Amino acid sequence: MTEGASLRIASVNKDFAKANDVEARTIALHDVSLSIAAGELVSLIGPSGCGKSTLLRLTAGLDTPNSGELWIGPEMITGPNAERGLVFQDPNLFPWLTVRRNIESGLVARGKLQEKRHEVDEFMRLVGLETFENAYPHHLSGGMAQRVALARALINHPKVLLLDEPLGALDAFTRMRMQDEVLRLWQARGTTMLLVTHDIDEAIYMSDRIVIMTPRPGRIERTIPITLERPRQRNSPEFLQLRGEILEMLHFAGEARSAEV
Amino acid sequence: MNTTVQELKEPVPTPAANTKMRSVNIVVPVTTRLPAKIWLAVPLVTAIAFVIHLWAAKNQPAVETNSYSVFLEIVFGISLLIAGVQLFCPPVRRWMQHMCPIMAAAILLLSLWEAITSGLRWLPMPYFPGPPGVLQSLITDRARLFDSTWHSLFLLLSGYALGVAVALVTGVCIGWFAPARYWGMPLLKVVGPIPATAWVPLAMVVSPSAMFSAVGLIALAVWFPVTMLTASGISNTKASYLDVARTLGASPAYLIFRVAIPAAMPNIFIGLFMGLGASFLTLVVAETVGVNSGLGWYVSWAQGWAEYGKVYAALVIMAAFFSTIMTVLFKVRDRVLVWQKGVIKW
Ligand SMILES: Nc1ncnc2c1ncn2[C@@H]1O[C@H](COP(=O)(O)OP(=O)(O)OP(=O)(O)O)[C@@H](O)[C@H]1O
Ligand SMILES: [Mg+2]
Repeated sequence: MTEGASLRIASVNKDFAKANDVEARTIALHDVSLSIAAGELVSLIGPSGCGKSTLLRLTAGLDTPNSGELWIGPEMITGPNAERGLVFQDPNLFPWLTVRRNIESGLVARGKLQEKRHEVDEFMRLVGLETFENAYPHHLSGGMAQRVALARALINHPKVLLLDEPLGALDAFTRMRMQDEVLRLWQARGTTMLLVTHDIDEAIYMSDRIVIMTPRPGRIERTIPITLERPRQRNSPEFLQLRGEILEMLHFAGEARSAEV
Repeated sequence: MNTTVQELKEPVPTPAANTKMRSVNIVVPVTTRLPAKIWLAVPLVTAIAFVIHLWAAKNQPAVETNSYSVFLEIVFGISLLIAGVQLFCPPVRRWMQHMCPIMAAAILLLSLWEAITSGLRWLPMPYFPGPPGVLQSLITDRARLFDSTWHSLFLLLSGYALGVAVALVTGVCIGWFAPARYWGMPLLKVVGPIPATAWVPLAMVVSPSAMFSAVGLIALAVWFPVTMLTASGISNTKASYLDVARTLGASPAYLIFRVAIPAAMPNIFIGLFMGLGASFLTLVVAETVGVNSGLGWYVSWAQGWAEYGKVYAALVIMAAFFSTIMTVLFKVRDRVLVWQKGVIKW
């Protein structure tokens, strides 16, 4: 089963006014092009400020590029839409809604609650929070809140799921468990996923392809296909070798850029 | 670093503990037996009050002071009764442990008041009647007082409801729509801070009846703080909540009613409380100058007849009346904002 859709980012440029100077612009993305097949899982890694979040926001339709186009399948992206789900680093649950109502909110927003109510229970079970359905977000631990945020994004069955360091705030154990959960969902649904991460192991463990970005101006440095067989072993020699190679590349990229800072 | 953040987090409560949320409260350990100084406090203090009353009232007509004696006797009886019930009923014991000190203090204050006024006559007599005189006024003029309270309640609630209804609409518009903010905000900033009572002369001229103008003035007094706080709450909605909602397929109506307004609720309630305070003030002023009914009117009417016992009786009613309404609003707030952590108790 494939719910995913292909994503095409074509020569996108994006700049912002600098906070301290109205005339000057920060170039957040410079001529970024990237094609992702339906059902593919791609990771974005790169140093802080290289435009990863900006790229995700453009894909979600929350911002518009200065030039260039973004396409989902045959449709151009013009604004936010339920077919592109977004999970932030901070879970951003609505604090005035219980866990269940948070998960339902996507259905409520689209007026589909009556029709799809049964799916809410399904998702609550999927992320293992049935017993917390009436708890308010401030009662949840970081890992639980992030799982709710994931369920909330998934309930609309998005064609593309955009994940902006969704596991960054979690401890190592919870993070590894969540990685497996996300992979399980991805395999079951065939959702196209674009994952921003700072964790190279996570990128290797999860993705079909790793896209490395560099800052000032933000652009794509290179793309590394990961052909390791799934399920992947975090400590297999191939895994570790790949990890070493990527670290070397990043280090190299980092050193070349650090002179400019 | 991540792990320390985890450790510092408060432990996750069980779902059962979640269902009933409580705010921070002083924890009083509940003993199986109340110490004598707790359950004896009220009867003892009442007895002292009685002695002071007998001494202070010896040169006053018995008709005026008799009801206060009866009142003290009733308090004495009830306090002993509850001290007995408490032995078998733990909730009552907990309640007593909390309430006894403050009630004893209240009765002591009453006796102090009586000692200073009718006893020692330190204060000019007709202007400062003791508690027996006030109680007597409460009893003899109860029909008129009840009627006045009823009128005040009606005026207050109509004005408050009108003000809040209009303010929520204007506040949401100013907070959400940029053009509404551009045109509305200056008006709000210039007209809003004028105390509603300053409009009294104008209101008397333009309105067909004093009643209308009073409702209008109270509504105006409520409108400003509620609009201001609603608008700032709405425009300060965390952008990421709105972004999340948009990626979930939210329509503009959803963004306003299901995201911005709930997010602004804590602010809106601050506005509602400020507006309630302003409405009390405006109510009393409006009743004093225009409307010929209500507690505000009653105070100036009784003062005109130099019946100061009645003035204080009306003040006592006002205190009870206003603090009851305040408590109701706090209860509503606690209900609506259960999702918030550690709301302040009233
Ligand atoms: N709304 C904005 N206004 C002004 N500048 C912005 C805005 N959003 C991003 N930028 C700038 O664009 C650049 C890229 O930011 P972005 O948030 O995409 O980086 P990132 O790769 O996600 O970094 P991090 O890994 O720290 O999250 C930064 O220089 C940032 O200052
Ligand atoms: Mg980012």
